[in-house]
Amino acid sequence: MSAETHSPVREPLHRPAGLAGFAADWASDQRTFKNVSWGKAMMWIFLLSDTFVFGCFLIAYMSARMSTAVPWPNPSEVFALHIGGTDVPLILIAIMTFVLITSSGTMAMAVNFGYRRDRKKTALLMVLTALFGATFVGMQAFEWTKLITEGVRPWGNPWGAPQFGSTFFMITGFHGTHVSIGVIFLLIIARKVWRGDFDTERRGFFTSRRGQYEIVEITGLYWHFVDLVWVFIFAFFYLW
Amino acid sequence: MTETTVHTHAAPTTKAAGHAQTHQQHPIGLYLVVWLLLFVLSTFSYLVDYVGLQGYLRWSLILLFMVLKAGLIVAIFMHMAWERLALIYAILLPPLLVLVFVTLMVSESHYVLFTRLTFFGAAP
Repeated sequence: MSAETHSPVREPLHRPAGLAGFAADWASDQRTFKNVSWGKAMMWIFLLSDTFVFGCFLIAYMSARMSTAVPWPNPSEVFALHIGGTDVPLILIAIMTFVLITSSGTMAMAVNFGYRRDRKKTALLMVLTALFGATFVGMQAFEWTKLITEGVRPWGNPWGAPQFGSTFFMITGFHGTHVSIGVIFLLIIARKVWRGDFDTERRGFFTSRRGQYEIVEITGLYWHFVDLVWVFIFAFFYLW
Repeated sequence: MTETTVHTHAAPTTKAAGHAQTHQQHPIGLYLVVWLLLFVLSTFSYLVDYVGLQGYLRWSLILLFMVLKAGLIVAIFMHMAWERLALIYAILLPPLLVLVFVTLMVSESHYVLFTRLTFFGAAP
C-alpha cells in the first residue's frame, strides 16, 4: 500500500485537520509546517518580514500626515492626468492597478500550468507576467518624472507639507524595487521552465533538485505579495 | 517504525486535509473569477475617488474594498485558504500586531501636532 504510492515527493503525514491539527503541529517536536516545503515556508516567512517593512513605511507616512500643521496635498489632484482637455483624477494610478492585478492573474495561471507540467504555457504566462510588471515599473517611472518636473523632492513639494515628497518616493520607490526584482526573478524561473530544468532535474540557482515545479508557486507567492502591497498603497496613499 | 504506521494512514480522511497535502492545484476558472472580482473591486475603489465621496462613507468604502481585495489575493492567489492552520496562523496573526503600532503612532502623532501648534503656531 505504502510502496505503490511512493513517489519522489515526500509522503504527507496524517494529521488531524482544524484546530486540533494546529495544536498538534505546534506542540510537536517535529516540523511545524507539515507538508509545506521549506522553500514555501521560508518564502512565507520572508513575506511576513516584508509585511513589517511596508507596515513601518505606511505607519511612518500616517504619522507624518497626521502630525503636520501644513496642509497635505490632495492626491486626487496631484496624480491627475490632463487628457482630452480635462483633468482625470488618479487615472494613471488606476491603470497601474489594473496592470498589476492582471499580472497577478497570469501568474496564478502559470502556477496552475506548472503543476500540470505544461512547460510552454507556464513559461509564456510567466514572461507575460514579467511584461506586465515591467509595464508597471515603466508607468511608475513616468509618474516619478512628471512629479519631479513639477518640483516634488524628498524634502518638499509645491503644494504643501514637505513630508509628502519623502513618503511618496520612499513608499513607491520601495514597491517599485520589489516589482523590478520580481520581474528579474520571474524571467530567471521562466527560462528554467522553458529549458526543462525541472524535468531533467538539472541543478542550479533557485532550482529544486527533485524536478518539482513548486518553485513556480514560490515565485508566484512573491509576485502576488507585490500586488497585495499595492492594494494597501493604493488605498492609503492615493485614495486617502 | 512510526513512519510506516503513519504511512498506512496516509489516505486523505477529509476533503480539506487531502487538498492541503497535494500540490496547490485548483481550476483555472476560479482564478479567472478572482481576477474579475479584483478588477470590479478596483473599479469601485477608483469610483469612490472619481465620484468624490467624502467623510466616513469614503473611508469605510476604501477600507472595505481594500480588505476584500487583500483577502482574495491572499486566500485564492496565494492559496492560503488551502494551507494548514499552523501556517495560516503563523503568517496572518503577527501582522495584526502592527495595529498596536498604528495605535501607538496615532497617539504620538496627535501629541506631535499639539506641540507644533503650541510652540510654532499654525502653517507659516
